[in-house]
Amino acid sequence: MSQFFSQAILIAAVAGGIRLAVPLLLAALGETYGQRSGVLNLGVDGVMLLGAFGGYFTVLELGNVWLGLVVGVGIGAILGLATAFISVTLGAEQGISGIGVYLFGLGMSDLLFQKLVGTPLPIESFPKVPLPGLSSIPVVGEMLFQHSLVVYAAFLLVPISTFVINRTTFGMNIRAVGENPEAADSVGISVARVRYATVLIGGILAGVAGAALAIDLGIFQQNLTNAQGFIAVALVYFGAWRPLGVMGGALLYGMVNSIVLQLKTLGIIPRSWSDIAAMAPAVITILALVLVARRFRQPAALAKPFVRET
Amino acid sequence: MLELRGIVKRFPGVLANDRVDFSVRPGEVHTLLGENGAGKSTLMKIVYGLYRPDDGDVLVDGRPVEIHRPTDAIALGIGMVHQHFMLVDTLTVAENVAMGMRSSRRPLTDLDVVADRIEELGERFGLPVDPHAVVWQLSVGQRQRVEILKALYREARLLILDEPTAVLTPQEADQLFDTLRAMTADGRGIIFISHKLREVLALSDRITVLRHGRVVGEVDDVGAATRESLAEMMVGRQVKLAPDKDQARPGEPRLRIRGLRVQGDRGVEAVCGVDLDVCSGEILGIAGVSGNGQRELAEAVAGLRRPSGGTVTVDGVELSTASPADTHAAGVRYISESRMREGAIGAFTVAENLLLVDHGDRRFHRRGLFDDRAIEEHCRHLVDQYQVKTPALDTPVESLSGGNIQKLIVARELSARPNVLVASQPTRGVDIGAAEYIHAQLVAERDRGTAVVVISEDLDEVLALADRIAVIYEGRIVDIVERTDANRETLGLMMAGGHPTSR
Repeated sequence: MSQFFSQAILIAAVAGGIRLAVPLLLAALGETYGQRSGVLNLGVDGVMLLGAFGGYFTVLELGNVWLGLVVGVGIGAILGLATAFISVTLGAEQGISGIGVYLFGLGMSDLLFQKLVGTPLPIESFPKVPLPGLSSIPVVGEMLFQHSLVVYAAFLLVPISTFVINRTTFGMNIRAVGENPEAADSVGISVARVRYATVLIGGILAGVAGAALAIDLGIFQQNLTNAQGFIAVALVYFGAWRPLGVMGGALLYGMVNSIVLQLKTLGIIPRSWSDIAAMAPAVITILALVLVARRFRQPAALAKPFVRET
Repeated sequence: MLELRGIVKRFPGVLANDRVDFSVRPGEVHTLLGENGAGKSTLMKIVYGLYRPDDGDVLVDGRPVEIHRPTDAIALGIGMVHQHFMLVDTLTVAENVAMGMRSSRRPLTDLDVVADRIEELGERFGLPVDPHAVVWQLSVGQRQRVEILKALYREARLLILDEPTAVLTPQEADQLFDTLRAMTADGRGIIFISHKLREVLALSDRITVLRHGRVVGEVDDVGAATRESLAEMMVGRQVKLAPDKDQARPGEPRLRIRGLRVQGDRGVEAVCGVDLDVCSGEILGIAGVSGNGQRELAEAVAGLRRPSGGTVTVDGVELSTASPADTHAAGVRYISESRMREGAIGAFTVAENLLLVDHGDRRFHRRGLFDDRAIEEHCRHLVDQYQVKTPALDTPVESLSGGNIQKLIVARELSARPNVLVASQPTRGVDIGAAEYIHAQLVAERDRGTAVVVISEDLDEVLALADRIAVIYEGRIVDIVERTDANRETLGLMMAGGHPTSR
């Protein structure tokens, strides 16, 4: 056990945890926008998977990681619009339609992978960009400031999202629509437009999250996300629909995951146990969810389609 | 400023508005009066852009306009305070007011500017409210102020208020009237919808009465109108607003409540130590603004909610821990305030609903199965006796009017010849005609020797029915007065938590 606490390994564990938290953080922030406006999107994992394949395939063919991210954005936007159409325009039951989107993403990403790639080939990953000055702080610098631009950007989105939700008219409209769409409608706010916007943001961030995951790992395989999209949905509840709370949840998950990985690599967890250990992040996240999330109230109109009475 | 000419609105099978003419001048309160389903709300929804008229013209300042949606109405200077508030509970007052308005600092909000304006408007029209308070923390009266401020902030010159006083204490209603007078003095027009005749008379400059979608009367000289004359126009025949009743001859106490404590739905104590005695042959009225423990008190007596302390005794039998069935067996019957949630099952037929409580009674069974003939006879008898207007016994209750559903519930509960009857808001949302009938039945029940408890937010109803009046506030009985000693002002004060000063 003592070797785990050597400085090098501790730094690696924390830095790894931050990296692993990024796809979850992106997807969960996107889901936060949707849920604050009253749309529960359970299809996040499917969007992530397609974004992951799109990103992976682009980098494989064109060799440019940023183009890979752009493709993730595109795929996320398309699926986001489709989700918005289903849940806002058609007013479908959101829990069920989300599972449909998930299954579509799960199957489609694997099909495309089998047809277009076949054998998994490794791809280039994001370059690390140590932040000048900050990265040379001992220990902390190595943990926090020697990451790729994607990692910085993802964490930068947290204060940005908090600001957007709380300080802008767009954010005020999101909150109003998620709590009382009738009231918002009665003063001329278009409930549909606000929800399309938030679901589109959610789709884009989920697509980017998937692409970032695949490019970061440098590989694609069937069900690459391992249900991280569902964890992301859970993290929104865990974070009480606040970006900062969501970040806390994503970091918790990332850290536990990273520590388990380190313990496995070091052989502290025996090989025969590794499957059980792999469940630890999910189990801990769910436990935390149960303990934390019940104290907060969800948006009153969450998962309720809005139809104006005539 | 607003003129409606020949407005027609049809719904499948109903003519909701039939060539209605209506107008509002600057600086006046024009009341729209009528029973449920008379077409008041439909007409106002047309003005506010929620419905499109099938025929007729809407003119604002003499020019014909098309109002397709609420924002069109707002742009024309028309504001509406809905019966169910259109507020977002988790947002602040300022955010609710600013919602949907162009911010001066787009894309950021300009809530401090909005807050200043709210305070300015609040001062001018007597609508004090903290702009930074979150709406769920506000009382119902304060929320209504926010709704009015929302309309004023949007520069409404014409304000529609849909039954605004239904949720207010008498004092809050008086404050509201002051605000409305300040608005008319400022040259704004008010459309006031209400069926509380007393306040309609006190506030209105003109009154238009609707019945079955048609204008049946216009009162320009409100001073010459009386509650009776208005009620007659609404219903189309003479009505008694207060039932004829003789002096009560109370007998022995049948219902005794001692130190009763009951928890509300959220685990907070809703009834905090109530003592009451109700005698045979008397009606005890419980007056109070809704949400002060009335529902919990009634449910505890009816056996639907287990008290956390104290006793409920009926004819000497202690019932505080009894099951609903045992409570029934002791002769306690309950007319719930929520007709469709607890009083009746909408999808069930008239006959099934009439049998809902007594379906286990041996009279209705034969060889272990329902005896259809006995049931039909019983139900037919009740429907006739209690004047329930229904096409057939197998009509689903949800297709009846509120008044007829209420009569059905009254029929069911009274046919059991109860010892104790608790009637909660017995005529809320019920037509004047049906209310008149239900009141007469409650008085007849009293004269039969039943101990009757009538819980109502409507002070007129309590004053009309009760022999003694208890006022409830925050789970406690403030005071109990004889009907003959009661007056509206002191009761209103007590309903707002003020203690009786001198008696």
